[in-house]
Amino acid sequence: MSLKNKLHNFKVKNKDKKWLPAFSALHTFLFLPNETTHGGTHIKVADDLKRTMNTVIMAMIPCLIFGMFNAGYQHHLALGEIQAVTSGFFSPEFWTLSNFMVGFWKILPLVIVSYGVGLGIEFIFAIIKGHEVEEGYLVTGMLVPLIVPVDIPLWMLAVAVIFGVVIGKEVFGGTGMNILNPALTIRAFLFFAYPTWMSGDKVWIHGAVERDQLIASGQNLDAISGETILGGLAQGKEIAYSLWDMFLGFIPGSVGETSTLLIILGGLFLIFTKIGSWRIMLSSVIGAIVMGLIFNQVTASGWITESSKFYGLMSAPFWEHLVIGGFAFGTVFMATDPVTASQTNKGKWIYGFLIGFVSIMIRVFNPAYPEGVMLAILLMNVFAPTIDHYVVQGNVKKRMKRLKAKVA
Amino acid sequence: MEHIELFFKSIFIDNMVFATFLGMCSYLAVSKKVSTAVGLGAAVIFVLAITVPLNWLLDQYLLQPGALKWLGAEYADYDLSFLSFIMFIATIATMVQLVEIVVEKFSPSLYNSLGIFLPLIAVNCAILGGSLFMQSREIPTLGLATTYGVGSGIGWFLAILAIAAIREKIRYSNVPPALRGLGITFIITGLMAIGFMSFGGMLTGGDEEEAPKEVKTVKVEKSKEDLEKDKVVANNIKVNE
Repeated sequence: MSLKNKLHNFKVKNKDKKWLPAFSALHTFLFLPNETTHGGTHIKVADDLKRTMNTVIMAMIPCLIFGMFNAGYQHHLALGEIQAVTSGFFSPEFWTLSNFMVGFWKILPLVIVSYGVGLGIEFIFAIIKGHEVEEGYLVTGMLVPLIVPVDIPLWMLAVAVIFGVVIGKEVFGGTGMNILNPALTIRAFLFFAYPTWMSGDKVWIHGAVERDQLIASGQNLDAISGETILGGLAQGKEIAYSLWDMFLGFIPGSVGETSTLLIILGGLFLIFTKIGSWRIMLSSVIGAIVMGLIFNQVTASGWITESSKFYGLMSAPFWEHLVIGGFAFGTVFMATDPVTASQTNKGKWIYGFLIGFVSIMIRVFNPAYPEGVMLAILLMNVFAPTIDHYVVQGNVKKRMKRLKAKVA
Repeated sequence: MEHIELFFKSIFIDNMVFATFLGMCSYLAVSKKVSTAVGLGAAVIFVLAITVPLNWLLDQYLLQPGALKWLGAEYADYDLSFLSFIMFIATIATMVQLVEIVVEKFSPSLYNSLGIFLPLIAVNCAILGGSLFMQSREIPTLGLATTYGVGSGIGWFLAILAIAAIREKIRYSNVPPALRGLGITFIITGLMAIGFMSFGGMLTGGDEEEAPKEVKTVKVEKSKEDLEKDKVVANNIKVNE
């Protein structure tokens, strides 16, 4: 008897056991279940939820690997051990094994904690509620390590993941029912609960906080630091990186958000596989450009002078807003979450536009939160059902009118 | 510019529901359907837009310390601010009744669609909260008070509209039995408040925590001075704070 049949028999034998959902989740992860469907009409498609999720993860893998290299690169660069990149994307200074190993040993634990804790909760809930384990966490678990600073303590990540999965998702009935994007709920929880670990100039480079502690304990070392570009701009500093570096991603930031190039590649992959909505991506870019242009006009016409604390971010050219910070990452991987985004096509345009619009607005006007994208997406998640409701009502009205015209 | 700033602030930054959690009872009770939520939200905007400026006038010319100066110099020392709660709520109740009568007379269809919500508003703490915030934040002019009233109303309207749409959406979700109904609504409200935190600290530029402290110390000094003059006045200020 083959292994596949053995597993199937095992499943049939233990049909009534409480832990069966946990078993069958692992089982179907590698094997197609041996059952045939019974009763009713069925539509046969190739992409089930698991495959959808895996496609998104595939789109994120380049960002993850780049993030590992970048964590090591920033670390070594801050220590002065290596030179800054000079020759574009394939600079030999960047793609070194030592860079990769530093990042790998920092980021792998993040991934393991994120998946371990999150899937553990999913399994527990599936067993309690007696349904199959849902695959929704697969993407969230990958997103979470990509949107936190490298040096975040693992227990904080674990606490945040518990909050995000239980309060953000499971209380609503699990995958597909949540109103806020779970990954962003987790990040927002971290952001508001442990602000010192989510902002400032120490957290973005591996080793900076540790070094501060060593210096405080009396060791003779140079402090290292590096802030995100947005943090610097909000304080009115000049950008020390070239636009090209920012686009390619050789900058400090959360693990996976720095390389706009790879995010665009991931986004194209999502659009090509029809998993991410191009409407949302396009419209949020348009929204951000519109807001950026408005701010540029305001500064160009002299309404806001350099004395204003908003001047630094307001005068940044609008295309810079698209490549710095988490805008690209949020737009491609977070805003397009099919559960929490608007469901209607017209709604998607409005939803995406407002995400771009509001996130640039928060960036500029709210120095307390230099990264506006996370909160803008959460805010629009809140309003997505409202947008949908009115789009649907609008369609109902239009059709009623058409019907009336026809009858009359 | 001042008006725009206050308007924006009262809708998003100091949102009645998500920043101060006021008006929760009707917010939770009447948010099952979008259409009814819109009705109640509109009524709240309407009543806030009327009562806040009215109460501003009351506060300016009747209740504030020294507000009775227009009656004559001998009344200049009077401080009736301990009456503000009862005066404000009386104004609100009266206005709601008046509005109800007028609406019933001139637009029965609107009256029917608002139904019980209009009288309910008289006891909605968001309305009283609007007037009391107007008093404690010392909004300087009648125009700004109107802006503040309308803005707070719109903020409340947006909140109830959003939660009603969400509750319509999650109607078929498999929520754990213990949380069905109000429980999940509270959780949603909390999560929505996270979304609205994006505006916290905006415009003030993050020094919000420092600014009120200064104001408070000034107030305490004042009350000390007053303590020497008149104990009653000091007590009243403390009560207001």
